[in-house]
Parts: sequence; C-alpha cells; structure tokens
Amino acid sequence: MKIIVSVKQVPVRDSLLRINGEGTWLDESDLSYEMNEPDAYALEEALQLKEKLGGEVVVICAGPQRVSQTIREALAKGADRAIHVQAEDLGPRDALTTAALLAAVLKAELPDMILTGLQSDDLGYGQTGVILAELLGYAHATIVMEVEPQGNTIRVKRELEDGWFQNVILPLPAVLTVQSGIKKLRYATLMGIKKAKTKEVKTVSASDLVPDTAPSALMERIYLPAHAKHTQILSGDPKDVARQLVEKLRFEARVL
Amino acid sequence: MSVLVVLEQHGGKWNRMAFEAAAAGKMIAESLGVPLQAVVLGSAIDGLANDAARYEFRKVFATDNPLLARYTPDGYTAALEQLIRAHQPRLIVFPHSYQVRDYAPKLSTRFRKAFISDVVGVKTENDQAVFVRQLFQGKLSADVRANGNPQFASVQAGAFRAMEPGDGQAQIERFAVKLDSAQIRSQPEEPFREAQRSVDLTAADVIVSVGRGIKEKDNLPVVEALAGVLGAELAASRPICDNGWLPMERQVGSSGQTVSPRIYFAIGISGAIQHLVGMKGSKTVVAINKDENAPIFETADYGAVGDLFEIVPALVEEIKKSKA
Repeated sequence: MKIIVSVKQVPVRDSLLRINGEGTWLDESDLSYEMNEPDAYALEEALQLKEKLGGEVVVICAGPQRVSQTIREALAKGADRAIHVQAEDLGPRDALTTAALLAAVLKAELPDMILTGLQSDDLGYGQTGVILAELLGYAHATIVMEVEPQGNTIRVKRELEDGWFQNVILPLPAVLTVQSGIKKLRYATLMGIKKAKTKEVKTVSASDLVPDTAPSALMERIYLPAHAKHTQILSGDPKDVARQLVEKLRFEARVL
Repeated sequence: MSVLVVLEQHGGKWNRMAFEAAAAGKMIAESLGVPLQAVVLGSAIDGLANDAARYEFRKVFATDNPLLARYTPDGYTAALEQLIRAHQPRLIVFPHSYQVRDYAPKLSTRFRKAFISDVVGVKTENDQAVFVRQLFQGKLSADVRANGNPQFASVQAGAFRAMEPGDGQAQIERFAVKLDSAQIRSQPEEPFREAQRSVDLTAADVIVSVGRGIKEKDNLPVVEALAGVLGAELAASRPICDNGWLPMERQVGSSGQTVSPRIYFAIGISGAIQHLVGMKGSKTVVAINKDENAPIFETADYGAVGDLFEIVPALVEEIKKSKA
C-alpha cells in the first residue's frame, strides 16, 4: 500500500496574529509554525495502515523553506520520504490554487491512497482532499473516523452531523480526509529523529509546475472581526473576578 | 444569470440549514437584481419540491433520479454540473453542511473555480458579491471576491436567519439528469447512530464545559469541582474528547450535542465555530480564557481574561459562600 499524506504547516495554535501593513495577510515575521493538527492525525492513520499492511508513506507539503521543519517531523515519526513543493506566496491563496500544485506533483506518484486532515487550522477551507480527488480522478470520502482496507477497496466510517455515522465502500485509489482524534498521535523517537536525517526529501519548485487552474478567488482584506455582542469583561485579581461574576450571575442575569 | 440555492434534504426532510442558505441567496439576488432559484436533488421528491415552491423563489428545479436516492459525491456532482451548465447561474449558494463539504469542492473544481466555503456574511460592491469568511478559527475575518462565473459559496450555520415560507407559488421545473450507475464509485451504507447516549446534555440546566486550556487530564478536578458545586453537567470541546480525557458523549459542538442550558461555563475553550454552533443557544454564557482575543468572548455574556487555574477555584469558593 502506497499512501501519500498531504500536510500543511500553520502558525502555532494561540499565536498572537498580527495583520500586515497592507491588510492583506499576516505579518509573518514573529510567527512560529507547526504541523496542522488534523494533518498529524492523517499521518498517524497512514503510519498505522503501513504498519499493518506494509508499503510506503510519502509526505507532501507545500510552502517556503520553513516547512522543511514540518517535513522532518513527519519523517521522524515514520514517513519514508517526502516531497517539498517550494512556493513563497501560498499563505492567502484559495484552496484550488494550492491543491492544483499538489496534484501536478502527485499525478506521477500513483498512490493507492491519499490522506489529509479534514481542514486546516489557519484558513479552514476544508477542501484540499476533495479537490485533489477531483483533479486526479480518484474517489474520495471526507471526515473519516475509521479505515478498513479490503483488497482493492476500502470501507471507511464517515462522521455525519448530529451524532450520525455512515460506512462507505470506495474503490482504490482514493482520497480520504481524516477527522481529528481518529487514533492517538505518536511522538517522534530519538531514533526516528536520527533516521529522518537520512531520508529522501525531493524539492520541486512551484514555478516549474504547470497547474491547469488560475486563481479564482482573491482575499482582498483581512481584519479583526467586529464585536457583535456586548460582552462584559470582568477584571481584577482572581478572587475579585470570581466575586463580581457570582454577583452578576445572581442579581443581573438571575441565573444562579 | 440567477442565484441558485441548493436546498439540502436527507430522507425527505430538509436540513435545518437549507433555508439559511436560501436567506443568504435571497439577499445577494436582491442586491444584484437577479432572480433567485432553488434546486432539490433526490429521488421521489415531489413533496419537497412543492414545499420549496411556497418560498420566495422564482423557480424551483426538481432533479429527480433514482441514482440520487442516496447521497454520493459522484452523483450529486454530476447532477449539479449538468444543471449549472444548462442554466448558467452566476452564483450557487450552499449550506455549509457536512454533505456540502463532501461534494461542493469537487463540483467547483469541475468548473476550475474556487469554492468560497463557510461564509458568515456577504456584501455587494460594484455589482459583485464580496464574501466574509473567518480565518484562524474565528480570530480574523477576510473579505473574499471571486472572479468570473459561476461562483460557489457555502453559508455557515446560524449566520443568516432562515427564510420563512410565504404564500409564494414558485414555478417547479423538472430537470432531468443523465446519470449512469457506473459513474458512481462510492457505495454508501445506511447511516447509523452509535449505541444510545447515556449522557443527555440537551436537557441540562447548567453546563460546565472544558477545552484545551485545561492542558492535561490530571487537571480535570479543577473544573469538576465547579460542576460539583453548581450541580452542573460536565461537558467538553472536541479536542478533550479526542484525547480521551472525557468520553465522546460529553462533547458539545457540530459533531457532538447541541445544548441550550440556563448557564454555560466555557472554561479554557477558544470558541472555534464547530464548538459555538453547539452552545450558542445557551441563555447565559460565561467564558474564562487566557487569550483576550479568543472568539468565545464574542459569544459570552460575561468574560474573565486570565488563568483558569486561579479563577475557577476562586469561583468555586465564591459560589459556596453565596450558597451558605
């Protein structure tokens, strides 16, 4: 089983986000980055499938030089090799533009499966997996909770809304977008970190790729959301805050 | 050059977000001065099409085919592709449901167009729609403009007040699609629910809900003490249940339970939209979080910015005192 895992590098959760001077994207200068958490779950599922069935796990990640850190992390956890699609300006791009770059590289790989997280923690489009499936002509399923290989097909458990689930059988090759929490995440071992240094990372420059799409949505401006609701913020030392809060809940909201 | 709304149904019943998407579509259609249309897909959907015709649509397309009886991304994409090519709407509006997330990016890609997903607002400028999306789980907003037609956008749950039925008599037009069972690659089985939930948070009067801010499982007694003194149910955001710190049945949000207690304490919960949709019906919301920019403070009535490990124990003491 050859499995591609598409991962994204995103700003560390709870980063202080500053908007750039033009108001078009973030000021990236002081940001730290990490692997998008849903993609970490996709990687974990891929590694466990490989441990069960044998084969190869290949990681693909698009972005500037800094994403090599995320690629190393994936290799240290057990991916066999990686592809870095080098591109400087993907930050605010639409999902189709970025996915088309990935597809242009992946069409030569002929995997059995492509796994990716169900969405990214930064832009939150939740589309990359589905677009890859369409561009590569593969079947797909989204928000997957369990994967059960059955020869030339797979049976997956999908999460639906309001506590409903559904099993779906798909022919291979297929793209799955993986729900967070599907398995317990592993840590990279010291041995894994050491071995990662010897693993192959192929670098492809986005400017050498000819994706068959042009950008069709433009993020014109980003800004802090307007406050819609009047929230009373209580301040002071913790004891004081607690006292104010109990008073408000008892005598103002009358809910305590 | 219409605005076309995809009215989502499951087993002959509307998805509750269907008419929120319709409301967004109506607003855009009116400001662009173009007709509003809707489409219903499925098998044996006459009843649904008749029901949809009571709303303020110029026209309702009924796309009825046995191969659409059960949702598949291949079937829905092929059917909508044919309708869009035949009738050329300038904008297609979807509810941002799990089903739409499964096929709308595929459909828009077939037209080599971006899908502007999870929209919370729409403006029109120079005869063009400008869509407002949230980034970074609600911490930032973005204005997004699509170029060229058709355009594809989905509307976040709760962002628009659902359209009410009127005494309208929209014209129903049957739209026959050519589908072949060989082009439908996935075989969906019957949807199911896991074993009966033993925890019903929907009936809870007071809920203490905990998020990532609790840092580790061993810290849970901090919030359990608050739930204890309030006689509240303990609940959690998704990451806590993903980690196995609390059972899945205590999860509030789009993939968990939807609750509307008298008081909802959000402790160390940042307020990602997937969580907010599950609790924004609460009467009074109290948020305690160290990040003053956390989106939960948008939804809260009372907020405390600070260390939950200091504030929550102090709160437990104050509540004990007030009850004494």
